[in-house]
Amino acid sequence: MQRTLRGQAAVVGLGQSACCRYGDSPLPEIRLTLEAVLNACADAGVEASEIDGFSSYGDDRSEGPRLAAALGCRELRYSNLVWGGGGGGAAGALQNAAAAVATGLAECVVVYRGLAQGQFGRFGRGSEAQEVRGEAAHTVPYGLMSAPHLFAMKVMRFMHQHRIERSALRAISMAAYYHSQNNPRAIMRGRPLSEAAYDEARWIVEPFRLFDCCQESDGAAAMIIVAAERAPDHPHRPCYVLGAVSGAPYRSQARVHNMPDYASSHFRTVAGRLYAMAGLRPDEIDVLQCYDHFTGCVLMAMIDHGFCSPESANEFFTFDRLIAPAGLLPLNTSGGNLAECYVHGLTLMTEAVRQIRGDSCNQVPGAEVSMMIAGAMATPVSCCILGAASTV
Amino acid sequence: MSPIYLPEGLPSPVPARDQLDEPFWSSLREERLMLQSCQACGRWQWGPEWICHRCRSFNLTFRPLEPHGLIYSYERVWHPVHRSLKDHGPYLIVLVEIPHADGVRLVGNLLGDPLQEVRIGQPVRGVFEHHRSAVPPFTLLQWMAA
Repeated sequence: MQRTLRGQAAVVGLGQSACCRYGDSPLPEIRLTLEAVLNACADAGVEASEIDGFSSYGDDRSEGPRLAAALGCRELRYSNLVWGGGGGGAAGALQNAAAAVATGLAECVVVYRGLAQGQFGRFGRGSEAQEVRGEAAHTVPYGLMSAPHLFAMKVMRFMHQHRIERSALRAISMAAYYHSQNNPRAIMRGRPLSEAAYDEARWIVEPFRLFDCCQESDGAAAMIIVAAERAPDHPHRPCYVLGAVSGAPYRSQARVHNMPDYASSHFRTVAGRLYAMAGLRPDEIDVLQCYDHFTGCVLMAMIDHGFCSPESANEFFTFDRLIAPAGLLPLNTSGGNLAECYVHGLTLMTEAVRQIRGDSCNQVPGAEVSMMIAGAMATPVSCCILGAASTV
Repeated sequence: MSPIYLPEGLPSPVPARDQLDEPFWSSLREERLMLQSCQACGRWQWGPEWICHRCRSFNLTFRPLEPHGLIYSYERVWHPVHRSLKDHGPYLIVLVEIPHADGVRLVGNLLGDPLQEVRIGQPVRGVFEHHRSAVPPFTLLQWMAA
């Protein structure tokens, strides 16, 4: 018996709620989530009652059993949340869903994430609590208290070690904003970014200026996962899971910034397992979605996935290379977290699927192998490779 | 009252509910740095944990050490994310490596001009910053160019 997830599951439905700037959603977070799930069901041509599994990550507040009851699902067979509060788990949630349908634990699993930062607190703000304890006690009193602070410390050391130039980060940001101009769902549509505007933007925390940092949004996204043999029964071109892995190298969660491989995306061992599962190399990836909480994290994640070496990064990261349709490696073709919306990266995954279906707003012609890398540094991190029927 | 680096009003650090790091915080108030050390294998460990990650001994203790080290990384924060930091201006956070304690690292602020040039690898020495009027009172370990 062959022990692999490769080709055993497929994404057959995509759904999103309306997405907006944090605080602007008139609808509660769970309502957004329910809408995204129903939209994914409609896209897949399945009834909500048929969903028998729920898979999420990032401390999602809408628990699977509650959603199953709210939606009138006939029977709940699988319910799973990836540990960790960050966006590193997006492809981990897909991995779990794919494993569930591949092994017959469930038949129809929804991967979902709802996140209304305006309603529950922003990742870009510090705690207003009177006291902090645990790991936070060792960072927050020094003003290290929000997501950009956590990641800038690692990126600063990496850029210092490898002499990374700001032009590399700028290319990542500009590619995302460029793609978002064609995306009707993108919050930043109609707000193109120029080199000068990037360079002159205010500092948030060095080495990140404003356009190195993602948005904070209210929104939800969902995907329907079924076993591969059932995929052709659904209306859209099937998108198969060629690989989906998660995890972290040795002691990556060592507390108070004491992980041994500090200036790292923490993908070093994970990426190798993904390529081994998919049987593919970096140069065989047609289009890439890489979780862009901060540009420097994208750069480090892509290096750890073998797209270039640290030494060649300044030459590799150019706007022309990263844009669809003609770039050698189109990146974040819906606008990503930076410029589409921030639903903890699940909209990057839905975009990875669209590229295989052939209906992205920035379609890469003939894309058959599509990769998604979830939130670097937020362990357990995860990543996946999706493919058209021809790749299975 | 001695000057403090960041404005009053940020959350106060208190020991973990399970008291894992209580000796660290109480020793800082006495102007001593104490970090976790394994009595079985003799190595230093930080952040604190209930078991030694090297030899899996539960026999851990807190031992004093000289507060000096090297800047491992840093960041200059410009955008305020807390009401107490509004209109405060930039400030420097450093990650300090302690070579004489198996290279464990601590987070703190780099005292002095917030616009000063910071160099990774630069030596720094610890400074105890008392917040005696806070409820409950606490002490932070800060850093200065050595």
